[in-house]
Amino acid sequence: MTFTSVELTQAHLDRIGRIDPALNAFLLVDAEGALATAANVDGARAAGEELPRLAGVPVAVKDIACTKGMTTTAGSRMLEHFVPPYDATIVTRLREARMPILGKTNMDEFAMGSSTEHSAFGPTRNPWDLDRIPGGSGGGSSAAVAAYLAPLAIGSDTGGSIRQPAAVTGSVGVKPTYGGVSRYGVIALASSLDQIGPCARTVADAALLHEVIGGHDPMDSTSIDAPVPPVVAAATGTRDLTGMKVGVVREIGGEGYQDGVLRRFEEALELLRGLGAEIVEVSCPHFVYAMAAYYLIQPSEASSNLARYDAMRYGARTTPEGSPSAEQVMAASRDEAFGDEVKRRIILGTYALSSGYYDAYYGQAQKVRTLIARDFAAAFEQVDVLVSPTTPTTAFRIGDKLDDPMAMYLNDIATIPANLAGVPGMSIPSGVAEEDGLPVGVQILAPAMEDQRLYAVGAALEERLREVQGGYVIEKAPQIEEVRA
Amino acid sequence: MSNLSRDDVAHVAMLARIQLEDHELDRLAGQLDQIVGWVGQVNEVAADDVPPMSHPLPLVNVVRPDEVRPSLSQEQALANAPEAEDGRFAVPRILDEE
Amino acid sequence: MSVTTSSQATVPFAEALTRYEPVMGLEVHVELSTATKMFCGCATEFGAEPNTQTCPVCLGLPGALPVVNGTAVESAIRIGLALNCRIAEWCRFARKNYFYPDMPKNFQTSQYDEPIAFDGWLDVEVPANEDGGPAFTFRVEIERAHMEEDTGKSTHVGGSTGRIHGAEYSVVDFNRAGIPLIEIVTKPMVGAGDRAPEVARAYVAALRDLLRALDVTHGRMEQGNIRCDANVSLMPVGSETFGTRTETKNVNSLRSVERAVRYEITRHAAVLDAGEAILQETRHWHEDTGVTTSGRPKSDADDYRYFPEPDLVPVAPSREEVERLRATLPENPAERRRRLQADWGFSDLEMRDVVNAGAVDVIEQTVAAGASPAAARKWWTGDLARRANADGVAVTDLGVTPAHIAELDGLVTGGRLNDSMARQVVDGVVAGEGTPTQVADARGLELVQDDSALQAAVDKVVGANPDIVERIRGGKVQAAGALIGQVMKEMRGQADAARARELILATVGVEG
Repeated sequence: MTFTSVELTQAHLDRIGRIDPALNAFLLVDAEGALATAANVDGARAAGEELPRLAGVPVAVKDIACTKGMTTTAGSRMLEHFVPPYDATIVTRLREARMPILGKTNMDEFAMGSSTEHSAFGPTRNPWDLDRIPGGSGGGSSAAVAAYLAPLAIGSDTGGSIRQPAAVTGSVGVKPTYGGVSRYGVIALASSLDQIGPCARTVADAALLHEVIGGHDPMDSTSIDAPVPPVVAAATGTRDLTGMKVGVVREIGGEGYQDGVLRRFEEALELLRGLGAEIVEVSCPHFVYAMAAYYLIQPSEASSNLARYDAMRYGARTTPEGSPSAEQVMAASRDEAFGDEVKRRIILGTYALSSGYYDAYYGQAQKVRTLIARDFAAAFEQVDVLVSPTTPTTAFRIGDKLDDPMAMYLNDIATIPANLAGVPGMSIPSGVAEEDGLPVGVQILAPAMEDQRLYAVGAALEERLREVQGGYVIEKAPQIEEVRA
Repeated sequence: MSNLSRDDVAHVAMLARIQLEDHELDRLAGQLDQIVGWVGQVNEVAADDVPPMSHPLPLVNVVRPDEVRPSLSQEQALANAPEAEDGRFAVPRILDEE
Repeated sequence: MSVTTSSQATVPFAEALTRYEPVMGLEVHVELSTATKMFCGCATEFGAEPNTQTCPVCLGLPGALPVVNGTAVESAIRIGLALNCRIAEWCRFARKNYFYPDMPKNFQTSQYDEPIAFDGWLDVEVPANEDGGPAFTFRVEIERAHMEEDTGKSTHVGGSTGRIHGAEYSVVDFNRAGIPLIEIVTKPMVGAGDRAPEVARAYVAALRDLLRALDVTHGRMEQGNIRCDANVSLMPVGSETFGTRTETKNVNSLRSVERAVRYEITRHAAVLDAGEAILQETRHWHEDTGVTTSGRPKSDADDYRYFPEPDLVPVAPSREEVERLRATLPENPAERRRRLQADWGFSDLEMRDVVNAGAVDVIEQTVAAGASPAAARKWWTGDLARRANADGVAVTDLGVTPAHIAELDGLVTGGRLNDSMARQVVDGVVAGEGTPTQVADARGLELVQDDSALQAAVDKVVGANPDIVERIRGGKVQAAGALIGQVMKEMRGQADAARARELILATVGVEG
């Protein structure tokens, strides 16, 4: 069956129009721009032009990446009307790949959250169950992919914001090696942790998008000056894992993990064994401190990164009564336009960096970070990849954890160590939990710059799961039309 | 034991230029006290001789050549400004010089 | 506990120095003359339309990231080397967090505890003063030199004074935001006694000369390329414990540096004499009234929450790179001045005039182009300096080049022009009429070489002045001067006065 890019793009736009009012995955839909790109590609194809591999395939972009001339909010009232005068490097690469950009997807405000409930523009709902969260912060991108509103989407992952939503929506999400994808133009949460990556329904699809957005960017000083690892080849290569050593981290899993999540994980290990992999238990003793270190480093960097939102040069300005000073206008604007979670983390981070507390909090967290990176290095001396459940539980109900920040933070307990060490990670669906019928993710981690290992293991496991379970996990998702009815 | 008092939170919010209202201060102070107590676990780790890690990658010396690149136009620069005047950003009166 | 005060009372300087020893610390911000900003490719040209040299990076737009200007790092290392500093093998940028409307990110990307250069010194020559204090050399210890970025520029609108206080609102131009700065911080300067204000001035002057010689900055203090903050404290004579200091901001001329330090010494002494304590604060210098006034006291808000800049990777210059840069260092300006003074045979006074006129370079170039040192000095610190002063321009901006002056000197020593004709030639060169030879040709300026015309004029003047001729013959040879003047007048200035004298004496029959 062949169809044009305009047909493909229009079909997705139609589905967005029909379904997204129930999901709220998109904050902005650019039908005109997407169709123009699609028509352009169709014309070029008809003229026999050579085109990039994904030319004409539509994509959704998390609203954290700046898009020139297209409102970019980061899920915040502060940027409700902010129209960037420039494109993020990854957006430029999507345009160069001639991929129609369907629109901008919903997210927790400034990517702070694990449920997309902290979006200033309302929560996104999980296509598997509209009363449940789609994960976060990139709930919009993962929900859009899982609900077939977009074949591919861009996410960003600071502590799990690509992988955790992928796990709870039954989709695939990859956090590449830190520095593997340019951060230029992507609104910063925590600079030393943020990484941009693909959201897709299959491992191979994710690899194709990874290849488009990856690679060196001179505008990002932390960008790795090396070719993109051979991710597409790995995702489409051999399914034989003979000789591969797969490590199971003793410190991830167990107490606090839902039964169905652990059962799917055990099954995945069995399947990996069946594919020829050797399963080895490894210990990463400092991982138990990863959450604490993360919730010092990330808010600290965020407190500084978000200082620029002061309503002086851009952003929503609130002017108190009387004749207020610039300082008062800044303080009032930041109180008014930031949500609770953002304020919590800014204050926490400011505190952790402040005089007298730096050594005990930020400084100590950075030392723990070194120890976690050493744990990874020691583990990767023994094994080729590490695996774990991606999240402790399946998707929880909207509102359940909104007033309990600590409970919310614990959703990322398995994903955070990778961000601290800068290593790549992937979540693929490993089935559904019997107790609630919701999807479960398995996480694969590899050493820095060895992203292709994620794809090799992920593709092999994905295929084996499909054989065993009689189809992709995502195919078990109820039709949204039925869910709504 | 309290790690972070209501006054501490008010002071830090001032440093962070957030004008918290009283009811926000009440709510956030309790939550932050709990969170600070919990993140303080990092001090259980003996790490005196461990170097701090500020960057996940061992990159050094990333520089660009001193070559001029195009700037934004004045219109583009000011397009998102809440207020502008004569090609400049207009801001409320500034209390004191830095 | 004594009262803490920022009182304006002062005691006489000499009296203050009988009881207290001043301690100074100078922080000098140098704007580099790179083509682009510290962290983005925006141009740094002075005087552009507001907000036309900005981009997402230097406006602090969401998502923008910095990339270090390699040339700025090289300049920083060269400055460090010229100040005899150690160069860090590995150092990082850090964020200095504070909110201010002219700072786009609300943090300044700077360096904190890992400066690129540290532990240096600069020997400063302090000239003799009018009170009989001798010239001496003072070694200023350099604590550190680090890289950072400039802020935007606020203009305060409304209110009566145009100053920050009473303004209704402000407007901000971010063209300056992100221009590379090097901050050079001295260690406490102790032991200068009553010469402390002069030492401060001499240090800034020496630093400025050094930076100009390095060609890393335009070095114009009046345009803010070099800005100085002066820390001053006093300790009782005999004590070794530093007192509380004040930081006087933006003292932006050499004269002001000296005056501001002097003023703060006299003010601190009055406060301490009264048994009160100095308030640790920033102070503002007022050029017009010659006093400092209270700025902002040090407070809890000065918690800058420095942490390593995660968007930039460390700077780790290799030893080879540092040595390569060391090889590019120019001669130290003070040493160079001593060498040139010896080569040129100038007196100390002459050399000081040359230095004060900023004419060392042009004289060196003029001598290299073939002029005698004396002639080069005479032109550049005399006639040309007066012209430049009258026009309010730099002597090098008159349109007269060292090659012009060398050529002109050749015309004078070769006998074609006399001094007054040479000045007329300069008029023409300044007016853009061409080279000295072209101007002289076009204006018909040439000493008369043929003695017949001159002899005729001499004969006429000798004939018309029998009284003077008698006096000359009577032995008063100097009376010939009166006749020379008349001869020159007859010749409309186009004669060589020395030759006229010879002919006059020969005509009246007297040996010269």
